[in-house]
Amino acid sequence: MTTKLFGEPVRRREDARLITGQGRYLDDIGSSAYAAAFLRSPYAHARIVDIDVTPAVDVEGLLAVYTYEDLVGPMAEPLPVLIPHPQLTSPRTGFPLAKNVVNHVGEAVVMVVATDRYVAEDALDKIVVTYEELPVVVGVDAAREAVHAVHDDVPDNVAARHHQETGDVEPALAASPHTLSFTQYFERSAAMPMEGKGVHARWDDADSSLRVYTSTQASTSVRAAIAAKLQLSLEKVEVIAPDVGGGFGVKIVHPWPEELLVPMAARLLGHEVKWSEDRREHFTSSAHERQQRQEVTVGYDDDGRITALDVHIWHDNGAYTPYGIIVPIVTATQLVGPYVIPVYRVRVESVFTNTVIVTPYRGAGRPQGCFAMERAMDRIAQERGLDRAEVRMRNLIQADQFPYDHHLTFQDGRPVVYDSGDYVGLMDKLKALVRWDSFEERRAEARARGRHLGIGMAMYVEGTGPGPYEGGHVQVLGSGKVLVSTGLTSQGQGHETVFAQLVASELGVPMEDVEVTTGDTRRFGYAVGTFASRAAVMSGNAVALAARGVKEKALRIAADVLEVDPGDLEIDEGLVQVKGTPGASIPLRTVAVLSNPLRYAFDEAAKQATQFAGPGDDSKPPVAVGDAPGLEHTDYYSPVRSTFASGAHAAVVEIDPATWEIDVVDYAVVHDCGNVVNPMIVEGQVHGGVAQGVGGALYERMAYDRDGQLQNASFMDFLMPYASEVPDVVIDHQETPSPLNPLGLKGAGEAGVIPGSAAIASAIEDAVGRRIAAMPISPTELYDLVRSDADQVSNTKTGVLA
Amino acid sequence: MKPAPFGYADPTTVEDALDVLAADEGAKVLAGGQSLLPLLSMRLAAPTTLVDINRVPGLDGIEVTPDGVRVGALVRHARLLHSTEAAAVQPLLGRATANVAHPAIRNRGTTVGSIAHADPSGEMTSVLALTDGSVTVATPGGRETIGWRDLFVGPLETSVHGPAVVLDAFFPGLPERSGTAFAEIARRKGDYAVCGAGVVVTLDADRRVSSARAAYLSVGLVPEVHDLSDAVAGKPVDSADWAAAGELARGLVDPDGDLHASADYRRLLVGTLTERTLATAAAEAASRAGAGQ
Amino acid sequence: MTSIQTERTITVVLNGVSREATVPVRWLLSDALRHEFGLTGTHVGCEHGVCGSCTVLVDGEPTRSCLVLAVQVDGHQVTTVEGLSRPDHQGGQVLHPVQEAFRECHALQCGFCTPGFLTTIAAGLDARDPAVEITDEEVDELVGGNLCRCTGYANIKKACRHAAATMRADVATKAQDGAR
Repeated sequence: MTTKLFGEPVRRREDARLITGQGRYLDDIGSSAYAAAFLRSPYAHARIVDIDVTPAVDVEGLLAVYTYEDLVGPMAEPLPVLIPHPQLTSPRTGFPLAKNVVNHVGEAVVMVVATDRYVAEDALDKIVVTYEELPVVVGVDAAREAVHAVHDDVPDNVAARHHQETGDVEPALAASPHTLSFTQYFERSAAMPMEGKGVHARWDDADSSLRVYTSTQASTSVRAAIAAKLQLSLEKVEVIAPDVGGGFGVKIVHPWPEELLVPMAARLLGHEVKWSEDRREHFTSSAHERQQRQEVTVGYDDDGRITALDVHIWHDNGAYTPYGIIVPIVTATQLVGPYVIPVYRVRVESVFTNTVIVTPYRGAGRPQGCFAMERAMDRIAQERGLDRAEVRMRNLIQADQFPYDHHLTFQDGRPVVYDSGDYVGLMDKLKALVRWDSFEERRAEARARGRHLGIGMAMYVEGTGPGPYEGGHVQVLGSGKVLVSTGLTSQGQGHETVFAQLVASELGVPMEDVEVTTGDTRRFGYAVGTFASRAAVMSGNAVALAARGVKEKALRIAADVLEVDPGDLEIDEGLVQVKGTPGASIPLRTVAVLSNPLRYAFDEAAKQATQFAGPGDDSKPPVAVGDAPGLEHTDYYSPVRSTFASGAHAAVVEIDPATWEIDVVDYAVVHDCGNVVNPMIVEGQVHGGVAQGVGGALYERMAYDRDGQLQNASFMDFLMPYASEVPDVVIDHQETPSPLNPLGLKGAGEAGVIPGSAAIASAIEDAVGRRIAAMPISPTELYDLVRSDADQVSNTKTGVLA
Repeated sequence: MKPAPFGYADPTTVEDALDVLAADEGAKVLAGGQSLLPLLSMRLAAPTTLVDINRVPGLDGIEVTPDGVRVGALVRHARLLHSTEAAAVQPLLGRATANVAHPAIRNRGTTVGSIAHADPSGEMTSVLALTDGSVTVATPGGRETIGWRDLFVGPLETSVHGPAVVLDAFFPGLPERSGTAFAEIARRKGDYAVCGAGVVVTLDADRRVSSARAAYLSVGLVPEVHDLSDAVAGKPVDSADWAAAGELARGLVDPDGDLHASADYRRLLVGTLTERTLATAAAEAASRAGAGQ
Repeated sequence: MTSIQTERTITVVLNGVSREATVPVRWLLSDALRHEFGLTGTHVGCEHGVCGSCTVLVDGEPTRSCLVLAVQVDGHQVTTVEGLSRPDHQGGQVLHPVQEAFRECHALQCGFCTPGFLTTIAAGLDARDPAVEITDEEVDELVGGNLCRCTGYANIKKACRHAAATMRADVATKAQDGAR
């Protein structure tokens, strides 16, 4: 019997190359490529008066300089609005190189190409750009006040007004026994993968074709964008995502200007060109996320049950809207979490600021939504004198209410209908895991040591695996090797392992025989991308379906050879055999050979399939009508709507009242992502997500000053946690399969990060007895908070530092 | 993020190093490079010539005498951290270097280099000040000793100008019946301290506090040493009011605010760290005084 | 007087093999390793010495290769992640116990920061007495100076302990063999 693979902690096959330095990341490709580098705006908002490149011309090794004036055809047009939406009434995107105006520090103005990066930077130093500074808008509040406009033709700075409601909220609030309102802020962070972006392009003059390697989460769509912008036919462009050093959302945006300009230069220069983003560029020219101002009004009854919820959000989308209003929509629709909200209204104003664009970073609007909902739960508990867990319990959607329709429209344009879940189960497990009910003993023990101990919790529901589709191709070769490909890309999630587990499991072959390729348009041309915790759900199901197709064909062919009914056959360890009849069998590799009728024998195995090899049925064509040669199958998985994963986190913080340092001493996670293909990998995703959640709650904040200068554009001052800042995490699992897809999977990629800020804010409040109105919070801000007389203090002046 | 062009020289004598420095006003000395290299890569510094002194023999010694510890220009933090001989004479050296960044930085970065860099958030600048130390500087005119008060003139600025190589730093040994402590609060472990304190407590023959002095990190433009004896002098170790010393310290410092800490918060930490480190140092002093009897 | 150069030919014992190259003096060691010597296992994550992805061993000690000029290692030994394994007697490679442990404990995801962790931890484990059980403080010190954005560090710490345990078992076995 084939070893069980589905659900097993199979060790990763990616690791062999990555632990020996044999990985192939973007900058490892093309050792003889020319180097591109970019002159970027030092101003947050300015008119370009003049660009003088002549002083750079003398730099030895400089090969080319490009400004907006050098862009032709579609390249001279604005970058695409990737996800249009009717409510995105004033979409704005930049140009590959700035035309006339720059709208944030870091926007690309000039590209140079030189023999190496050192020389390229020498040239950049000599180029003189004259700017006329314009008024700067930083932070949601400044954008809202609209004293100045980011874009002249959008005077109120509002790119989109997103609005959803499930009933008439005002009368529902008026009729509620109790209401409470609060305003709070969530600050900017960023995905910040350890590898920045990067692009390598090679133009083949003889073939008039382009091969592009890019550190992306969406190679097929980058390909389409390059073809469109450079006016090439699609089949003349290949795009490959090599080993990618982390993405977390920032690499789903495309085409980045560099993804167009580097191929353009490679074509013009007839030579390989490469750009490897450095860390400083990544801070000021990639993407950030998360800043929102949230005004929440909630109605509830004496028992703490919510009767109505009204939320008004001001969402900072940065200078442009290439990714549409996905983040605001996700916040708006995922905010409701695992709770029954009888009447809900959400309005989101998505506003422009003179800062780096805001696009999804792991969690993609959910941490903010969770923060709003969970803070509301905590306040209701406080107002009613109830236990915070109890208030949540009373509001949870119950197990018999699935599928549960929230009457909202999700980011995929489909209804928010929770497919399955057990939220009461999550809460029970969490309380046991973190010993919620015996916390007061611990608090007393800490108090005796002079420390404030606090506990907090937060729950979430995450829509995962949105469509439209992914595909999978599975092919068995005559050697017995099984090739699997899918179009979406990998950034460390272990897809090579997980998809191999699925195919080996479905097909009945040893996992060692399976080879997986992702994100290579030469192998699979149709794909959407890796985002929204969708890879396992989408491509996992697609490759499983493709494997089932291969299996069906293999059994059919083998049945002919063995003269049995296909239904009596099974495949085990790569051998097609009659169930329960030892001996009657044929290797799958032989079936693969036979599946392709041959005239020419190119090797020993192939002889079996040649035209004089054996008796055939002369009355039929060698390839039956409707059939195709080869043992391969392509299939697609396209879900009717997203599947909804869920979880609950709790944090215990210890605070030293002499320094106000905040130590997360316990962190507990209960996690439900449906059936689990590889628990080792899922736990790894949770660990990583929690670290980002803790970072977002206590350390990481993009600090812009009033002039739109990012004050902490380095790893010295943007405080991503080291091991010393990340707590140990205890995890409990719950598996509620999704009824929507064949494998019963739900996504797991983003879950770990979502409730971090909500749970930690709750714990800090519990420890110090003061209300937190903005996250993240640092010791110096906590010190300000506890010293303040106000009932509620906005601990940070959002987005703007004095 | 690549350095701008520069010339490179790696002389094998101090005199040759001074010659290169004298010939080029834009030349800069390179020792450990752990602070300089990021500045070069960000093009925030662009020396015309780098004078790498790593091949000059004789600059890598730790010379320990009863009077104190002389640390050569090429001694890495990691070596000083693990020098039990140095710690026996001046325990602050090991205690402070343990707080310098992370091990990989300590393996390369030099103690003297960090003093010459004159960062008020640097550990070793404060320790030089607290121990009333000095540096030896070679110039074309000869060698001179500069005390810490004359050395540090501003953030990232020393009084050493023109062609000069800092050859060593001298940290006087710990007086009798004394104890030390060093502590930092950083946002992340290994980061520059939001606030740090090094202290020396000395007892009299009756094991009463005779002096308490503290130096702070990241609270001023240059390292500051404050005498806190007034708050605790004459008190037995067990009943000295360390909180009062903390209170006194809070009033003496005038920190600035930045991205990671407000001025008020720094002042709070000065008080807390002072109180905690003084208590630790006094206990050590008492134990040493006891052992000495 | 000492000459001032803009380019220099350096000789480095790189992963045990003497290599020579002519590099501009301003080149960082990280760039020379990657682009001159073709050892792309050393990754560049920040170029200001904070992330640790580029950590290599210079004369056996973990060093940020973005904070050292290539000319400065002239005449020195440099070990990169490619040099952590050693040849076995059958023409293959024996991984360092920490490399094995990273795979066993799922201590890497995207793998970009991994070489910096591996070199740092390998050097640390090699420098300690393997017969003594590793402490939490030692583990914290070994993993505490490098950034990872994927794993949350839990499994890196686990791998560190796992590798130390393997090395401990190895010396125990050798001691036993020696006693026989």
